[in-house]
Amino acid sequence: MKSYFSVLFTGGWSLIVGLKVTLKALFSPIVTCQYPREKLEITPNYRGHIDLVKFDDTGTHKCITCGSCMRDCPSDCIVVDGEKREGVKGKFCTVFTLDFTKCSLCGACVEVCPTKTLDYSNEYELAGTTREEFYYDLLKRVEERE
Amino acid sequence: MSMDIEILEDDRHHRYVLNMGPQHPSTHGVLRVLLELEGEYAMNLLPVLGYGHRCHEKIAEYKPVKSFMPNTARMDYLGALIYNHGYAQLLEKATGVEVPERAEYIRVITSELNRIQSHLLWYGAYLLDLGAFTPIMYAFDDREHILDILEDVTGSRLTYCYFRVGGVCKDIDDKFVTSTRAFISRLRSRFPMYEDLVNGNVILQNRLNDVGDLNPHTCARYGITGPLLRGTGVGYDLRRAEPYSIYPKFDFEIPTATKGDCMASFLVRFQEMEQSLRIIEQALDGLPEGPVMAAKVPKKLKIPAGDYNSSVEAPRGELSYYLVSDGSDVPYRLKVRTPSYSNLSVIPEMCQGMLLSDVVSAMGALDLVIPEIDR
Repeated sequence: MKSYFSVLFTGGWSLIVGLKVTLKALFSPIVTCQYPREKLEITPNYRGHIDLVKFDDTGTHKCITCGSCMRDCPSDCIVVDGEKREGVKGKFCTVFTLDFTKCSLCGACVEVCPTKTLDYSNEYELAGTTREEFYYDLLKRVEERE
Repeated sequence: MSMDIEILEDDRHHRYVLNMGPQHPSTHGVLRVLLELEGEYAMNLLPVLGYGHRCHEKIAEYKPVKSFMPNTARMDYLGALIYNHGYAQLLEKATGVEVPERAEYIRVITSELNRIQSHLLWYGAYLLDLGAFTPIMYAFDDREHILDILEDVTGSRLTYCYFRVGGVCKDIDDKFVTSTRAFISRLRSRFPMYEDLVNGNVILQNRLNDVGDLNPHTCARYGITGPLLRGTGVGYDLRRAEPYSIYPKFDFEIPTATKGDCMASFLVRFQEMEQSLRIIEQALDGLPEGPVMAAKVPKKLKIPAGDYNSSVEAPRGELSYYLVSDGSDVPYRLKVRTPSYSNLSVIPEMCQGMLLSDVVSAMGALDLVIPEIDR
């Protein structure tokens, strides 16, 4: 009988101790973020989908259509193509598309790029209703960018 | 007129079969467990796997060894960096690429942060399975800090692909060091709170004590490793038993408990978080300067013909990669030994004759990650 009451007491006390913790949390500052209304600042190192870098000195990207990113991609989600043009040294890039549905953001393409013209974007709010919305034309994106 | 009553000699007639899963919240993924119930007692259990099978091992046979790195993170999404570590180590062993010391330190720091993150998620989710909703909020609050720290250096929050053959892909900066130190002191100050809120709770004690008994002998038969094995009193941890990377340099303990029940593995995991903090602290103190990538890593990584093995201590137990190479840059076969698969196999024996609600707490103590089982 005595042990019954002692179990009852220690058990009840453990619940009160736990409730104290939650009570303390009730009066401590809020840790959550009300997402659509307020947004946290994202780290610049965040890896979004890849994008072509717009260099200030040339006003455009520096892709030389070497195809290293295409070959190194584990998921075959990059397509690069180019053609020979008058007055341009090397190849001129005409196609650079990314199928983001297959990309796993490993970063192999960014690391292998010899002209450092590939970088991660900072876009994380990606939602779409069709698959095609995630097929990006990176050349078009680099032109549209400020 | 005689009554024609069939006497049921076989008590199986009183039993019925219940499907737990594949969408049950306490299976944490697509695992199905067939339960043969007699009243509220589970007399037979049969785990059914394969819902989340993605042929990772087969994929490895079709592409260059380097390209498999992102896949390793998708096997165990909670211990992604540790899976990265094991794979990078395997390829370094096979090709003889030397890793700079700073890179090894960074690997250890980030891996241990990853381990704490995994344990915190397990802590919250397990208690949620048992019906306690509050602790997951506290655990996730702490876990978010780790994710922020790791996001800043790896660029991702969950399925990291940070380690490379010969080092890591990005150096850490002072911000990483200061925020990690701040996190260490924060989590240390939170442990007594967890102790008060959860560990001493009488309901938890009653639900975990003497449930899901294991002993070292059973563990050896099923190949159980990790906190479950350490909960039975065997201090087997690969970071000590087969030291890899720079773990021998650090002073840390392998927490063990003797009882072998759910409470034992619960406490072992809880204490492991503290030990991981100790390792991180020492690694931050001794962090050397230097490069984070080996100078010469061939672009096309050819693996000399032969068999290679690499094992690391994942949050759930021993993780092994076994690679058979025929001399090309594509593996002939890559076998991944994941801890959860072996840990799960004990369920039929461990849970036989248990109450249904105890099955949930015993399964939660295994800390199952289903994509790792099916891979």
